[in-house]
Amino acid sequence: MTNVDPVISVRDLVVGFGAATVLDRVTLDVLRGEILGFVGGSGAGKSVLMRTVIGLLPKRGGTIEVFGKDIAALSERERRSIERRWGVLFQQGALFSSLNVQQNVEFPIRENLKHLSPRLTEEIALAKLEMVGLSADVRKKYPAELSGGMIKRAALARALALDPDIVFLDEPTSGLDPIGAAEFDELIRTLQRTLGLSVFMVTHDLDSLHEVCGRIAVLFEGRVIATGPIETMVASEHPWLKSYFRGKRRRPVRH
Amino acid sequence: MSTVSLTEVPFPSVPASGEGSEKSERVALAASGVWTAERASEIEEIVDGAVRRYQAAHSVDIDLEKLERLDTFGAWLIERLKRTFAERGATARIVNLSERDRGLIDEVQLVNRGAAPEHRPANRALTTLDSVGRATAEMGWSLVLIAQLLGALAIVLLGTLRRPSRLRLTSIVHHLDRVALRAVPIIVLSTFLIGAIIAQQGIFRFRPFGADIYVVDMVTVLVLREVGVLIVSIMVAGRSGSAYTAELGAMKMREEIDALRTMGFDPVEVLVLPRIVALVVAVPLLTFIGAMAALYGAALVCWLYGGMSPEIFLARLRGAIWLPTFEVGMIKAPLMALMIGLVACAEGFEVDGSTASLGLKTTASVVKSIFLVIVLDGFFAMFFAAIGM
Repeated sequence: MTNVDPVISVRDLVVGFGAATVLDRVTLDVLRGEILGFVGGSGAGKSVLMRTVIGLLPKRGGTIEVFGKDIAALSERERRSIERRWGVLFQQGALFSSLNVQQNVEFPIRENLKHLSPRLTEEIALAKLEMVGLSADVRKKYPAELSGGMIKRAALARALALDPDIVFLDEPTSGLDPIGAAEFDELIRTLQRTLGLSVFMVTHDLDSLHEVCGRIAVLFEGRVIATGPIETMVASEHPWLKSYFRGKRRRPVRH
Repeated sequence: MSTVSLTEVPFPSVPASGEGSEKSERVALAASGVWTAERASEIEEIVDGAVRRYQAAHSVDIDLEKLERLDTFGAWLIERLKRTFAERGATARIVNLSERDRGLIDEVQLVNRGAAPEHRPANRALTTLDSVGRATAEMGWSLVLIAQLLGALAIVLLGTLRRPSRLRLTSIVHHLDRVALRAVPIIVLSTFLIGAIIAQQGIFRFRPFGADIYVVDMVTVLVLREVGVLIVSIMVAGRSGSAYTAELGAMKMREEIDALRTMGFDPVEVLVLPRIVALVVAVPLLTFIGAMAALYGAALVCWLYGGMSPEIFLARLRGAIWLPTFEVGMIKAPLMALMIGLVACAEGFEVDGSTASLGLKTTASVVKSIFLVIVLDGFFAMFFAAIGM
């Protein structure tokens, strides 16, 4: 971490559906250039927070600042220019099923940078696909023909298409085998370094949390109850944290 | 906004005694500004310009000292510049690379190394032949699929005849509600209007010949034999056939059909049979209701527009039709329903993983079932004429 100004800063965020309040005054920062792991029980509202920050869900209260700007107060144009600076990897990949892999990656480039030559668009798309470790024979395939791991990689390439500053990853390693998950973690870390990304990663994968996350934030009963590096989490005496990080499926901490 | 540029600078390593000719072969370029996605098209022009300008260069230094920001777009264009010079046999180097950008520059050195994407111009005659061939094979294949499903349905039906408890009554009633009961208003409305329109046209054309009364013959024979069942079939294909295809297709996409299979259920028994049974029951009912609505519409028009009292209409109606006229329509109805159901379910099972195929198959289902219903009606017309009905 070279710099400690937050790229995303969430203050007292309240989100609910009907009578239920899912997030109750959540406060959280994502710092520039860090990989923040975001954990919490199933149904705790991790994805809800992510979806609220990227504007897919309405909030009931609080503020969300991205790059120092309150996104609720932005004009449509300013919002779009901010949206161009983040990429989202959805849990199921959310690749457009009517486009092949290469067209999926080209799509945001084509739509946002209208004057780019077709040659450069294609070269950049292929470069991104190679950066995420997809071989050339995959690029003409359609999402329905891909394995889970390849879908995640292709979706990551699409999320990275415009060289975003922030990437949101919703359970990037879920559904991958341990080898694939480890490779994906490694990939995220490499890309984070080379592209200087800030990464907001919702995850359940303890290995990911140990290996790649610089900091971890824990969501419990609608609040962020702890933030800090993995060592802090493991040392915590909070009962939920204890069972999460030191439960049956824990792993030895490496030093 | 800062400018983006790639300018020639005095070559630092050229010895003071360097000759003019040598100078043109050794070029030092300094990149400055923001080399990012927003400026990518501008940068591409600059890079292409540099490639053209320094055709004769033997050695190129690309100085990145003044670079403010770099992303994959900029890094790739620098790499492309480097590669183009390298392909010409020149030596291209990057100098003054900052630590911050090193990772990215190293990364793009590895990419797009494979064979350049080829754009073979397609032979137009061949592609036309290809698509015609594929479409023909596709058509044949879809008939095979319908036959296959008919066979599977027959087997399942025989099984349920042996053990009637296997018939899913709840499911059939649910589908009957959807395809029969809820379709009544729209069927009644459209057939009523069709009957009225045929009667109005008939009166308008027949009146000069003083043949008004034969309008009743025309309307009743048309409606009971042909138009009633056709209109109902077409509406059911559009309304319920499309729904069947979309439902089964979505279930296939979400692996629900595979799940059924692994639990030991036959999708044809669980999903197809109740749907088709519901259709086979629904279409004759709707045809009957539709025919009545059409006759009602015709009688109303004859009365209000043609001045023919309902008593006369009814009297003429009795003279115009005999039982086979009505039977012909009603015999056709369940077979039309079977055809619509088979096409809809067969197309639904053909959906693969993509959302586009779901739309495609739903369209195909409606188009094919309407077409086949009309073809079937043609065969029936020949058949009934041959047996004198």
